[in-house]
Amino acid sequence: MEEYGGGDLLSEAMGSAARVVVVEDCVEAPGAFVLHLLLKRALASGGAAAFLALAQPFTHYDRILRKMGCNLSLHRRNERLHFFELQAFPAGARNGAIADSLVRLYSEIQRVAEATRTEENAGQFTVMVDDITLLEVAAHGSVDDVLDFLHYCVTLTSEMNCWLVILIHEDIYAGEENMGLLLHLRHIADLVVKAAPLSTGLAADVHGQLSVVNKGTFNKQRANGQKVWNFHFKVKENGADFFYPGSRH
Amino acid sequence: MAAAARGQTLGRSSFSRATSNPVASSSGAAGVKLGPNGAAFVSSGIPDLDKILGGGFLLGSVVMIMEDADAPHHLLLLRCFMAQGVMHKQPLLFAGPLKEPRLFLGTLPAPVSSSKEDGRHRLMGVGASGDGRVSDEGLRIAWQYKKYFGDEKTSRAEHRDNKQEFSNDFDLRKPLERHLLNGQNTECVSTQDADSLRDLQDHCSAFISRLPGKDGGSLTAGRIAIQSLCAPQCGYFEKDWDMISFIKSLKAMVRSSNSVAVITFPSTVLSNSFCKRWQHLADTLLSIKAIPDEDKDLAKLLTGYQDMVGFLHVHKVAQTNSQVPVILEASTLSLKLRKRRSLMLERLNQAPVDGSSGPSSAASVSCSSSQGSQLDF
Repeated sequence: MEEYGGGDLLSEAMGSAARVVVVEDCVEAPGAFVLHLLLKRALASGGAAAFLALAQPFTHYDRILRKMGCNLSLHRRNERLHFFELQAFPAGARNGAIADSLVRLYSEIQRVAEATRTEENAGQFTVMVDDITLLEVAAHGSVDDVLDFLHYCVTLTSEMNCWLVILIHEDIYAGEENMGLLLHLRHIADLVVKAAPLSTGLAADVHGQLSVVNKGTFNKQRANGQKVWNFHFKVKENGADFFYPGSRH
Repeated sequence: MAAAARGQTLGRSSFSRATSNPVASSSGAAGVKLGPNGAAFVSSGIPDLDKILGGGFLLGSVVMIMEDADAPHHLLLLRCFMAQGVMHKQPLLFAGPLKEPRLFLGTLPAPVSSSKEDGRHRLMGVGASGDGRVSDEGLRIAWQYKKYFGDEKTSRAEHRDNKQEFSNDFDLRKPLERHLLNGQNTECVSTQDADSLRDLQDHCSAFISRLPGKDGGSLTAGRIAIQSLCAPQCGYFEKDWDMISFIKSLKAMVRSSNSVAVITFPSTVLSNSFCKRWQHLADTLLSIKAIPDEDKDLAKLLTGYQDMVGFLHVHKVAQTNSQVPVILEASTLSLKLRKRRSLMLERLNQAPVDGSSGPSSAASVSCSSSQGSQLDF
């Protein structure tokens, strides 16, 4: 996997069997780059993807992935990438209609997933959410609607052989009173990737550390393998470097 | 525009951010500067802050400033930002929790007149030499070193001409002349006693839709300044989800236009989780902290303490079209008033530790003043 942005440690840690991947980050260490890497891998391995972009417009992802050697516009034209521009989601709908909007969004995802599956030599289908906290904002704080939507998406993973990758800002849920969404996500996740800043502060060579927690419930062989990985990362324009603390200089 | 920007950035590596600023020339429109990655900047009104942020406030981004609970220093930043917009004749929308928000325009500072500009030299500390200020004419350089600064000097001079139109130094004691304000297409909205944010949102979307599109030949940048968005005197206070969805939709609107929104907010009135949500929504996140008047320990620790009015902390720098985070040399900067008039930002300079005070006490103070990032090993 070295040619895919040199993300060898991350892909080694992630294995290949995880169905639901949750990426956690915080203000000091944004984890969007993990999403970019996973999106690139999903498309590079011949699969298709549905990307729910609540945080940034298409041009942003397009520019970034282009520098990583992945042409999103082309994939979008070939219907390998189904890009949902949801920055203004839900358009026009004010209070109450959110449940309907989410159901419509889900059926759209389901439709493209089914269409991809019926194709010849269809690869893996990946659903990515950037990020789920903004979906909560769009739902005006109604966690139940978001959880419902998540549940539908999780059923896709078993029914349609899908991957689900979700970004969440975990520091929002640091307080005890409203942990609901984070706990739920951690529960359904097969794999948790958590980006955190270095405790020693800012550094030019190390942008933070990743911990990958592999729950190991999905695969017998890996069950006795390594479950927790910790390593440092440095984000670059064309990918990211992953390395063990102190192993690089 | 994007193509032109790409042309300029060609052959420049991504990590040369600090030196790239002088190279990026201003585009045709007044007050808009093109940078790497197809970015366009407008000035924050404080030349030092522009330099720190890699060119200024990014067009299409939301800048959030966390206020100090006790001191109104955030208004200094907001005033400079607005006054700079007035100088460039850019459309301006101001919203604040005031009865008469238009009166706030009367407090905007006027630019320092050019005759004074020539006469004065920048005082600079030792630590500031990192960003090329050594080439200031006011400083004599030993002749052996002169040759090393030759290149930098010319680019610096270029930058200076450029700077005249991109950003001004403002004199905080002198109010902006009335005729400049009257000729402006400024709009003021009061958020005091407003029951919902719908009104403000409509104003913002109308304001943005009036701006000429991105493809238009003239690139006119709009500025939206919102003071104390979640202040308790607003009628919608405590409608947390309303406020956060307002910011979300404002961000979506701003992103697809050529405008910048600057929002200041008192972070202490928000709950922790909502404060984090706000911070995540910000493209550029700054926080301001006032320093107490007579803090003897701090005065001993930092040089130039008497001119300092507060600390500016840079949490996040807006990045479009790039996933690489900006790592600043120092994220905590001192906010100084030069001659009680114009704002400048400087890296913290630690005074030599006085032997009599003992190393242990000095160390404990340095920890509490949140300047860990200053310690370069």
